[in-house]
Amino acid sequence: MMEAKVIVEAKDLTMNYHTLDGETAAIKDLNLQVYEGEFVSIIGPSGCGKSTLLSLIAGLLTPSNGAVLVKGEVVSGPNPNVGYMPQRDQLFPWRNILNNVLIGLEVQHKLNDETREKAKELLSTYGLGDFIHHYPNQLSGGMRQRAALIRTLAINPEILLLDESFSALDYQTRLAVSDEVRSIIYKEKKTSILVTHDIAEAISMSDRIIVLTKRPATVKNIHEIRLSCDELSPIKRREAPEFRSYFNQIWKELDVK
Amino acid sequence: MINGNPHISREHQAYLQAVKLEQMKIVISRVAILVIFVVGWELAARWKMVDPFITSQPSRIWATLVNLHSEGLLYHHIGITTTETVIGFVSGTIIGTFLAVILWWSEFLSKVLDPYLVVLNALPKIALGPILIVWIGNGSPAIVAMALLISLIVTVISVHSGFVQVDEAKIKLLRTFGATKWQILQKVILPASVPTIVSALKINVGLSWVGVIVGEFLVSRAGLGYLIVYGGQVFNLDLVMTSVMILAIEAALMYQGVIYLEKSLGKWQ
Ligand SMILES: Nc1ncnc2c1ncn2[C@@H]1O[C@H](COP(=O)(O)OP(=O)(O)O)[C@@H](O)[C@H]1O
Ligand SMILES: [Mg+2]
Repeated sequence: MMEAKVIVEAKDLTMNYHTLDGETAAIKDLNLQVYEGEFVSIIGPSGCGKSTLLSLIAGLLTPSNGAVLVKGEVVSGPNPNVGYMPQRDQLFPWRNILNNVLIGLEVQHKLNDETREKAKELLSTYGLGDFIHHYPNQLSGGMRQRAALIRTLAINPEILLLDESFSALDYQTRLAVSDEVRSIIYKEKKTSILVTHDIAEAISMSDRIIVLTKRPATVKNIHEIRLSCDELSPIKRREAPEFRSYFNQIWKELDVK
Repeated sequence: MINGNPHISREHQAYLQAVKLEQMKIVISRVAILVIFVVGWELAARWKMVDPFITSQPSRIWATLVNLHSEGLLYHHIGITTTETVIGFVSGTIIGTFLAVILWWSEFLSKVLDPYLVVLNALPKIALGPILIVWIGNGSPAIVAMALLISLIVTVISVHSGFVQVDEAKIKLLRTFGATKWQILQKVILPASVPTIVSALKINVGLSWVGVIVGEFLVSRAGLGYLIVYGGQVFNLDLVMTSVMILAIEAALMYQGVIYLEKSLGKWQ
């Protein structure tokens, strides 16, 4: 990533949770930079503070110390430039697909004929045009995940945060969905930060991988993923000869025992 | 449909027939119980095995019903009781849900009021009947207040607990879009709680009947509860039994109505 612009930055980020049982240090002095247009995965053992990090970037939590900067500005609350894609699709069962996709626009008072048409266009571009009046329970897991992504894209954010967005899907669907999502994100030219504990998923989807330590999380190592195949498709990227060596390296760093 | 379709295997046909037979047996048994009960009651009274003065009997109930109908009084009493009951459970559900929203809005308030809710919930509300009559007066408003009071506290408690159980992840999703508390209430909490509210409504129908009948016992002016008390006082058991019968049928119909409402609301679930 030469000459690329930093779009998200964490500076000496520290986050402690307080409960009656005591204090939990979730993140400690974490520094990282994400460049415009890249796909970064953040990988770390479960419970290390990955979701906390995304919540901080999304402006849902206030850091105990340090700061998150999005486009050079300190994050102090939810930001329309940042879209968040939760674990499981979290589509509302009482809304049809179109109305689910429009909810972000509705909340931000940006729902008008133009934005509605745009959302419909996104739905038909990505194969859900015939399902806009269906309810979530009538769709397959993969289609629901796509609808969830379009719901995030509808508010037109520059940055996408994906919190283990595929982990609830079965393996087959997960491969297919991550393939779809990767190609949609590429076409829509979004900067993306994916949190996962799945090493193969991270390597197959990302330009860079940031490995976190155990809790409290800091950056342990950063890998630039350079695969000799020019493919974008995560499924095909899994067949690249370098895949295995990245996998082993990260596996050792994660130190899961 | 079962026999004519060549695509259904013989084995499946036999299965379908067995299911149909089973269902028929159930319906026939149900009807048989009713017929045996009514006929047995009538014969026992005719043959003086029981004293119809105390137990009444189906033919006398029928005569009473016809009598009430021709006097036009029947609909007057049914109308009053039904109106009171409907106002009771509808207002109990609406006001209860409204109070639950206030408690959801202020976690502090909900913690402060928790012990009071527990005590009020445990209190048999019927004990407040005489107080209501003194405060509100000897009439329909006191009866409706009784019905409301019986259903209000359980509604507040159950709907509020439904509100706080709404999936955190859905709330988080809306917050990432920058949703206000009001928007979270409107777009997630309330729609996600429709099943909870409808189930509270269902419980309130039963509670409201209890409140209204007890209220009518105490106030004794009009309505099915009044007919029952009056019939008991003048030893007209025919009137008592007829009123109880009407009450049973009406309460069941109303309950079915709510179940129907629940089904039509719950189609996305
Ligand atoms: N709201 C909270 N209150 C207290 N502790 C929390 C809270 N959320 C997360 N934690 C704790 O912080 C740590 C990191 O959590 P999280 O960021 O969810 O981890 P990850 O997403 O990597 O699995 C965990 O030990 C978790 O128990
Ligand atoms: Mg997590």
